[in-house]
Amino acid sequence: MKFKVNTDIALTHLLTRKRQTLIASLGVTVGIGIFIFMISLVVGFNKDSDESIFKSVPHLRIYHEDEVCKPLISEKISGYMPVIVNPKISNLSNNLINPDKLISDLKHQPDVVNVTQQVSVNIFYNNGKSQINGITSGVNIVEANAMFDIESVMLAGDIRDLLTTPNGIIIGVGIADKLNIQINDYMSVISSIGVGKVLKVVGIFKTSNSSVDDTKSYINLAVAQQLLKQSSSYVTDIYVNIIDPNKAPNYSAKFSALTGYKAEDWQAANESTMAKKQTRKVMFGSISFAILLVAAFGIYNIINMTIKEKMNDIAILKATGFSGKDVMNIFIKETLIMGVIGTVLGLLVATVLIHFLSKVYIGGDVGFFPIDYEKNVYVAGAIIGMVITIAAGYIPAKNAAKVDPIEIFKK
Amino acid sequence: METDKKIILRAENLIKYYYEPVKFQALKSISFKVYEGEFLSVVGKSGCGKTTMMYILSTMDTDYEGELFISDEKVTGKKSDYLADIRNKHIGFVFQFHYLLPEFSCLKNVMIPALKLNKYSYEETEQRAYEKLDLLGIKDQALKQASKISGGQQQRVAIARALINDPKIIMCDEPTGNLDSKNTDIVVDIFSQLAKDYGQTIIAVTHDKDFAVRSSRTMEMKDGEILSHGW
Repeated sequence: MKFKVNTDIALTHLLTRKRQTLIASLGVTVGIGIFIFMISLVVGFNKDSDESIFKSVPHLRIYHEDEVCKPLISEKISGYMPVIVNPKISNLSNNLINPDKLISDLKHQPDVVNVTQQVSVNIFYNNGKSQINGITSGVNIVEANAMFDIESVMLAGDIRDLLTTPNGIIIGVGIADKLNIQINDYMSVISSIGVGKVLKVVGIFKTSNSSVDDTKSYINLAVAQQLLKQSSSYVTDIYVNIIDPNKAPNYSAKFSALTGYKAEDWQAANESTMAKKQTRKVMFGSISFAILLVAAFGIYNIINMTIKEKMNDIAILKATGFSGKDVMNIFIKETLIMGVIGTVLGLLVATVLIHFLSKVYIGGDVGFFPIDYEKNVYVAGAIIGMVITIAAGYIPAKNAAKVDPIEIFKK
Repeated sequence: METDKKIILRAENLIKYYYEPVKFQALKSISFKVYEGEFLSVVGKSGCGKTTMMYILSTMDTDYEGELFISDEKVTGKKSDYLADIRNKHIGFVFQFHYLLPEFSCLKNVMIPALKLNKYSYEETEQRAYEKLDLLGIKDQALKQASKISGGQQQRVAIARALINDPKIIMCDEPTGNLDSKNTDIVVDIFSQLAKDYGQTIIAVTHDKDFAVRSSRTMEMKDGEILSHGW
């Protein structure tokens, strides 16, 4: 019991009114708990949706962008009026020139963790009379796996079989079902320019995203080049993964300049997903902020009431030599203690909520509910909780400091 | 008039108005001196302005005209935090309605001004608080909660609290209002002794004739003016 006298008084006030102290603290607890829980929910969900995006989309994609024909003569030269009637997309190939050099350049860039090339081909999958159209990616399967973790979604077969089977193909489960194809069956494919090939199914994957499962397949790079009647240097896309995917937009301009081709970050390629993400953030953020605000009013109210009830005490303290600052200090300490209790309990509540929700099975490609303990969210929650509590206590405490003892004694 | 003694408190032309509910002049240019070691009682009918004057002397009321000096230092116009410091160090209070902090033990109530002053260690302060309570014959009540003892006992705890920092001046508003004659005698004896032996000054507003008679000087007030200084 050797606290400084202000702390001593604050503690005595709190301890003699345990119920109010607890209720005010619980207000903060609920606020902080829900805040952290909700934000973790959003962060977890966003992480999960990013992860599912990264199963088929690289952080940055470098490709030859289609261009509409432009007049060769600059408009600035006077006397000429350059006009192209009904301009079309210039009929150049999508080939990236000298891809090996581009890849080795990119690999030497800082923060780049993974680079792979691929050839995308629009094809028809055939089995007897049934036909499905889709997209196949000609890849080096080991590199592609390093980037997209194809292995984790394999239903049957092994991705490495593609290396030993030049005419192999790994198809989505939707294609296999619709064409009634099992592993090790043969199927024929026809590319958009009419080249046909018979390929052996060495693997079937399932991402639980039907638009991928029903259309996507992986073949060897060479086969894809053959399907397009192109040479072995023909590459349409180079995919780049970097350390922090959220910083991808910072690299797009840099890589464009480096390669001379368009480098598109995944955020730009998935604008609608990004917009949804942002919406979620704002929505949950404002809801939990509102809850915090209510908690703050709770604290404000209780401290205010305490001060109203303690007018006599404040007057005595002032008469016996406590300054306005001391009185304010006492009540700020009281809020601080309530804030700390509330925040600590809030962190516990959030942890319990997150623990239970992470055990809820959702199914589909999500599996268990995508929520996790985020250190940053906990820190943010604790800080916001304390700041709001102190702000809520500050106003009444300031008023307490101004109490005129004479007014009280005269009553 | 004992001119060889040191002036501890001096008031010059104190004027106080109340504006609620109607403008009313409570003090009409009061001037007086109090010497060190005096046991001064202030008497007068209800509404004569003695409590109002007491609040000004206590430095809590700063809304007045005129000047107030404590130990030759002018306190009129000083900042409220500075005045709080002066009260803590140099002035002890006993209020009319005892005014203890109800959640704290009697001992703690006595200790709080000393803890604020922070001159002695916690243990020493506790020891001193026990001594003061013993002086007033309520040591056995020390650990009881302040709200759980009788009115007379509370008043004595309040007196013990006023003494804890060995203030130069002890100001009392009806210090014996709730005490029986036996306890009144105890308090008067203590005050006389403090004034005589320790040179502390006591200024007490009172209705109690017996109390006033036993003080060293009795100042009489009427309608916001001093009727007699008592010397």
